[in-house]
Amino acid sequence: MIENLDLSMVNWARAQFALTAMYHWLFVPLTLGITWIIAFYHTIYVTTGNEEWKRLTKFWMKLFGINFAIGVATGIILEFQFGTNWSNYSWMVGDIFGAPLAIEGIIAFFLEATFFAVMFFGWNRVSKGFHLFATWMVAVGSNLSAVWILVANAWMQYPVGQAFNPETARFEMQNFAEVAFSPYAVNKFVHATSSSMLMAALFVLSISSWYLLRGRHVVMAKRSIVVAATLGLFASVFTIFNGDESAYQIAQVQPMKLAAFEGLYEGRTNAGLVAAGIVNRNKKVYDTQEPFIGFNLHIPGALSLMANRSLGSFVPGMKDLVYGNAEHNILGAAQKMERGKKAVASLEAYKTAKKTGDQAAAAAQLVTFNEYKEFLGYGYLQKPEEEVPPVALTFNAFHVMVGLGALFPLIFIGYLHFSRKGTLTEKKWLLGFGTITYILGMIASQAGWVVAEVGRQPWSIQGLLPVSVARTNLTAGTVQTTFFMFLILFTLLLIAEISIMAKQISIGPEEN
Amino acid sequence: MIEHLDYTTLQHLWWLLCSVVGALFLFLTFVQGGQSLLWQVAKTPTEKDLVINSLGRKWELTFTTLVLFGGALFASFPKFYSTSFGGAFWVWILILFTFILQPVGYEYRKKSWNIFGSLVYEGFLFINGAIGILLIGAAVGTFYTGSHFQLSESNFVTWTHPFRGLEAALSPSISSIFNISMGLFLVFNARTLGSMYLVNNLELSEVPEMDTRLRKACWQNFLCSLPFLLLILGSLLFMRGFGIVDEQGTIGIVSFKYLRNLLANPWLIALLAAGLVLVVAGVWKITKTTETGGIWYGGLGTVLVGLTVLLLPAYNMTAFYPSKVDLQSSLTIYNASSSPYTLKIMTYVALCIPFVLAYVAYVWWAMNRNKIKIEDTGDHAAY
Repeated sequence: MIENLDLSMVNWARAQFALTAMYHWLFVPLTLGITWIIAFYHTIYVTTGNEEWKRLTKFWMKLFGINFAIGVATGIILEFQFGTNWSNYSWMVGDIFGAPLAIEGIIAFFLEATFFAVMFFGWNRVSKGFHLFATWMVAVGSNLSAVWILVANAWMQYPVGQAFNPETARFEMQNFAEVAFSPYAVNKFVHATSSSMLMAALFVLSISSWYLLRGRHVVMAKRSIVVAATLGLFASVFTIFNGDESAYQIAQVQPMKLAAFEGLYEGRTNAGLVAAGIVNRNKKVYDTQEPFIGFNLHIPGALSLMANRSLGSFVPGMKDLVYGNAEHNILGAAQKMERGKKAVASLEAYKTAKKTGDQAAAAAQLVTFNEYKEFLGYGYLQKPEEEVPPVALTFNAFHVMVGLGALFPLIFIGYLHFSRKGTLTEKKWLLGFGTITYILGMIASQAGWVVAEVGRQPWSIQGLLPVSVARTNLTAGTVQTTFFMFLILFTLLLIAEISIMAKQISIGPEEN
Repeated sequence: MIEHLDYTTLQHLWWLLCSVVGALFLFLTFVQGGQSLLWQVAKTPTEKDLVINSLGRKWELTFTTLVLFGGALFASFPKFYSTSFGGAFWVWILILFTFILQPVGYEYRKKSWNIFGSLVYEGFLFINGAIGILLIGAAVGTFYTGSHFQLSESNFVTWTHPFRGLEAALSPSISSIFNISMGLFLVFNARTLGSMYLVNNLELSEVPEMDTRLRKACWQNFLCSLPFLLLILGSLLFMRGFGIVDEQGTIGIVSFKYLRNLLANPWLIALLAAGLVLVVAGVWKITKTTETGGIWYGGLGTVLVGLTVLLLPAYNMTAFYPSKVDLQSSLTIYNASSSPYTLKIMTYVALCIPFVLAYVAYVWWAMNRNKIKIEDTGDHAAY
């Protein structure tokens, strides 16, 4: 099954997926979040008839359009990349994974695509009411598309509602409701959309702060800041809460990811949460080196509380998860691999017996296979240490995300406070810092995806299918070529996008 | 009712649904056709703006239909998705590349500080309109002529030709001629439809020269599409094909396979004939009268022809994605589909399709009631 294994190809394919997904994610949060803000402004315009709100709506709509085009352009490759670079994956889980993608197309993308044209070009073509309806439908459609792609992603992290069919040697869906309403999916959606709302608020805040520093469009900027900071404060607090819930879920279903993003090698009770520290990159799970270089700041008991909702509880470390911990009844990757190898061997033997018509042997092998099938994925690992994801990257990404995430509510409170006092325009330091908050938000958002995706390596489907099996039979050179093709094209388009966006912002709403 | 559908019916139903989406996509390629006509029919900046702003209100529908086509195939025929996309790697990557260029082509073409200048973005639209459709056509051609792949026991694909899919158009073979003909037919048909749509959607009384150019382009492109159409139809009557030859699902070469399929399903002949007549009627209305409604005839005709093209290689015990190098690796709707459970769930979801079509049609009508005028291209949101 894994003949001709070419790890460098797998790594290039992973790099390409990361590249295309991260580029796509530069544009998606803004699309998801700002559609609600535009719909909000548009509603005020329709209800009050005040032309000022119409100008505001059109201005943010224009920036949305520039962002949306490149978001769509970078998005198409993601859907088809599952087929081009991860074809074994596509075959093995297409039954389950393909469905949310198709539903996304039918239910969400058409809503977005159809009403997008009305939202932009409908000002004099359709009634005011229908036009407003279209704007809301774009917001609903884009967020619905997030539902389905996140259902698909959540399923890879927590594969529920499926069973492996030894006849077809693939995973098949058993319960659609379990897949669609998986608690992991619900939380992922809530976390992604609330953080996107936060990103949109930061976008409006950054641009409006720049206007205030320049003394331009002062009324519009102040208005926009009040709306954005209020929305952003709610969104950021909500994001922190559902982020905590995400961590709890990860602790339950992906304990290795949690251990990696906390740099926790040795499991412990009353485990502390690392607030700050420098990860020792040379540390291996089997050696006795210190996990951190120098001092690191812990909040005692907080990790146990986050992971298990209990201060004194035991949180397994990477070592426990790789080599097992009998005291805490934790099966290590080494033991799981043994069972996984039995599952793989019995599956092969089952197929051979079926082919030769030996029904009795086939039945016996099937019994063995069913006993070990939950460890099937481990049968394809080469060594137990492979189960440890890149610790430093995951750790750093997590801490950057959390650190910035904690900062955002304070920024919004600052803006609201000085807006209320009427002294915002005098606070140049805040406005200056405010102009770069969107970039900080983007860093936090991207870091979140790094935690989610790097942290689950080596699995394409948690515990069931490693990336080394999920790949397409391609040479590393082929994937390198496409990697650089996308890198160059996306970078050129990004430069154009930033340039156009900068020009439109500098023109501002008046001259539109 | 869906609960009681048997597996074979579900497989047929889902191939039909995928084919309907694919056929609708072919109709919607009037957007690509129009893009590739831009430099030919629009000579002044104003005329260019008219063309771009007309097509720019519809590009997303075409794009989304393509994405849905991919998603529907992934969900219902995952073995095709994994085999074709993973195997014929380069042809799909290049197609995708051209579709990455399309949205920014519209949105950034006229924007200040767009770095590369309008001409580059118009070039993007041309590449998408011409190369993208040509490659899609060549890929569809392989449904008839076959590809170079082998599936392992675990159904993992190995492509045996170094061009990884591009051999469909680039290898010196009769198959390539057929595949390229399919591609060129789709390109010229898209251009025919593009000119029809623009005649319908633009207020051409303001730019009478463009009216003449568009109607002329419609006629020229229709004529250009004919030899390729005839070559395809002629080949289909005589071609051998890949069929299921016994109860075990063994694949064999069957002489006159597609002719046999047509005779076994006479309604396909009716679809094809009706489609061709409608396309001709559409072209007639645009080129020989002063009417503007040709797109509806040409569009419906294209949907019917597209349906025939996609159904013919799949129904009647045929391998729709045949392997030339290992016949038994060939894909049929029976061995490539999802499990019955997934197909049933997806069938429930498909009940939304009429609703989606209804609101798309309503919005289309609402937005196209008034033709695009020069003043619309000066709108703040205009492309």
